[in-house]
Amino acid sequence: MQRYLGLLGLLLLNLPLWGQIRVCADCEIKTIREAVALAQPHDTIFVQTGVYQENTIIINKPLVLLGQGQPVIDGNHNGNLIEIKADSVEIAAFTIRNVGVSYTKDLAAILLTKADHFYIHDNRLEKVFFGILVEKSHHGRIVNNVVSSEAEEEFTSGNGIHLWSCRDVLIKGNELFGLRDGIYLEFVEQSTIIDNHSHDNIRYGLHFMFSNHDNYYDNTFERNGAGVAVMFSKFINMKRNRFYKNWGTASFGLLLKEIYDAEIENNVFEENTIAINIEGSTRVNYFHNDLIRNGWAVKVAGGCYANIFENNNFIDNSFDVSYNTKMNDNRFLGNYWSSYTGYDLNRDGIGDVPYRPVKLFSYIVGRTPETIILLRSLFIDILNFSEKVSPVFTPDNLVDEAPKMKITHD
Amino acid sequence: MIKVLQYSFYDLIRSRWSYVYFLFYLVLGFALLFLNNSISKAVITLMNVIVVLTPMIGTIFGIMYYYSSREFTELLLAQPLRRRTIFLGQYLGVALSLTLSLVFGLGLPFAFYGLGQSAEMGNFALLLLSGAFLTFIFVALAFIIGLRNDNRIKGFSYAILIWLLLAVIYDGIFLISLIIFEDYPLDKFTLIATMFNPIDLSRILILLKLDISALLGYTGAIFQKFFGTQTGLFTSLGVLIVWTLVPVYFIVRLARKKDF
Repeated sequence: MQRYLGLLGLLLLNLPLWGQIRVCADCEIKTIREAVALAQPHDTIFVQTGVYQENTIIINKPLVLLGQGQPVIDGNHNGNLIEIKADSVEIAAFTIRNVGVSYTKDLAAILLTKADHFYIHDNRLEKVFFGILVEKSHHGRIVNNVVSSEAEEEFTSGNGIHLWSCRDVLIKGNELFGLRDGIYLEFVEQSTIIDNHSHDNIRYGLHFMFSNHDNYYDNTFERNGAGVAVMFSKFINMKRNRFYKNWGTASFGLLLKEIYDAEIENNVFEENTIAINIEGSTRVNYFHNDLIRNGWAVKVAGGCYANIFENNNFIDNSFDVSYNTKMNDNRFLGNYWSSYTGYDLNRDGIGDVPYRPVKLFSYIVGRTPETIILLRSLFIDILNFSEKVSPVFTPDNLVDEAPKMKITHD
Repeated sequence: MIKVLQYSFYDLIRSRWSYVYFLFYLVLGFALLFLNNSISKAVITLMNVIVVLTPMIGTIFGIMYYYSSREFTELLLAQPLRRRTIFLGQYLGVALSLTLSLVFGLGLPFAFYGLGQSAEMGNFALLLLSGAFLTFIFVALAFIIGLRNDNRIKGFSYAILIWLLLAVIYDGIFLISLIIFEDYPLDKFTLIATMFNPIDLSRILILLKLDISALLGYTGAIFQKFFGTQTGLFTSLGVLIVWTLVPVYFIVRLARKKDF
C-alpha cells in the first residue's frame, strides 16, 4: 500500500500540475506580481532562485507562495513589499529585504490586513522597517522566520513582528534582532509565543499592550533595551523564558505595568540591570524563577497588591528586593536568598530566622538615586545591619518566614 | 635613605606581625577561592575586605612602628644623616613591607587557582594596586600623627579616629548630605566628594571595573562618562598619587621642624 502511495506521490510531483505557477528569470512569468495576477484562488506559486526587484505585491486571493532556493525580493527601500488582503495565504522560504522607512506610514516587509488563517514561515527578512505587520487577522502562524534590521533610534525604526488587534496567533521559533521591538502585540488575544530568540533590539524584546489571555514560553531575550515589557494586560502566562544581559542605564529584564492575574514561572533572569520591575501589578504569581547576578532582582514601584513570590532563587543580586513605600501586600515565602545569614537547627532545609529581603540601602537608593555611589561601603553595611535588627524604614511585614537554605532546582 | 629603608624593611620582614598579616591574606585568599569557586566572585568579596582592612592595618601598624622604633630613630638622629632620609626611609620600609604582605598573601592563592588564564586578571591587578595605594596613604597619615603627638595614647586614638573618619563617618556625612540636598543636581558634588576620600575613590574605581557601572549610570550619565573611561581611570589613579604625595610632603616638613 505504502509503495503505491509513494508512486502516486512521485507521479503527482512530476506532472505539470494544474494550479501551479512557476516564476524565474527565464520562465514565461518573470515577476511575482504577474504570477499573483494570473493565479486562481488556492493556487501555488513557486518562485525560483533569483533577485526580484519588486514592491507592493498585493495578494488578494488565497495563495501559496513558496520560494525555491531562497529567492530574494528586494524592495529598494520603497513602500510595503508584500500586502496580503485575503484569507489562507502561505508565504515560505523567501529572503525579503530593503523595506522603505517612513515617518508617517508603518511600511512592512509583509503586511497582513484582515487576512485570517495565514501561515508565514522560514523567511529571512533583512533591513526591514517593520518586518511582519499583522492587522485584524486571526488564526495565523508565524514560524521560523529571521527578522533583522539595523535600528539606531527608536523613532526611525520599526518592530520585527507587529500584531494589532488579532486573535489566536502562534509565533514560534523566530529570531529577531536589530529592531525597535522584537515582537509587539497590541490588542492581541489568546495567542502563543514560543521558542523565539529576540536579541539586540533597541527597545523591547517582546512588548505587550492591552493584550489579554496570551502565553509566552521558552523564549530567550538577550541584550535588549528591556527584555519584555508587559503593559495593561490581563491573564498572561510567562514560563520558562530566559532574560539575559539586558544591561544598561535604564534596562529591564521584565517590565510589568498594570498587569493583573499573570503567572510567571520557571524563568531565568541573569545579569540584567533590573530583572523584574513591577508597577501597579496585582495578583501575579512568581514561582520557581532564578534571579542571578542582577543589579536589582525585583524592584517594586508601587500599587502592587496580592502578588506571591514562592520558591524562587535570588542569587548574588546587588539588591534582592527594592520597595519605595512602607506598605506591603505581597507575600514572599520559601525562596532561596544567597545573602541569607540565618541558621537551620532542625535541618529541614528551611532557615529558622525569617529573612528581610528589603535592605535599608535599597530604600535610600530608591529615594535618592545618587546615593548608589556608596554601594558596598562599610557605612552602608552598618546601616543595613541596624535596620535588619529593628526595621524602621522598610516594610516590617515584608519577610520571608521560611527562607530555603539551599538552591532548589525544578 | 636606602640604608634606613633597608634596616626598617628587614626589621619588619623579620617581625612576627608581617607574617601574621601575610598569613591572614593568604588564608583569606584561599578561603574565598575555595568557598566561591569562581575568581570573579572572589574578587568582589575581596574588594570589601581590602577597602576596609588595608587602611586600618596601615594606620595602626604605621603608628605602632613609629612609636616602637623611637629609640632607634633617636640613635639615627645622632648620626650625620638628614632627617628627611631617616623618616622617609622608615616610612617606605613600613609601607613596602605591608604592601608586599598584601600582594604575596593574595597573589599566591589567586595565582594557584589559575588567575593567569582568567579574564579577571586586570581587575585583580587593580584591586592590589588600590590596596597598595591605600597602604601607602594611611601609613603616611599615621606617621604624620606620630610626628605631631609624642603622647602614644593620643597618637593611637587619633590614628583610629582618622581611619574611622575616612572609612565610616565620611560616608555617613556624604549620605546625609545627598539625602538633604536631593532636590538639587548632585552629580558633580558626588564626583568631587569621592575624590576627597581615598577609600571611596578606590572602592568606586574597583566597582566600576567589576561591571556595576550600569547601576551607577542609572543616576546619570556623568559617572559613567567620568569613571567608565580611560581618562576617569587615570584621573582616579592620579588623585590617589596626590593622596600619597601630600602626606609624604607633610612628613618631610614636620620631620624637619620637630624637636626631639
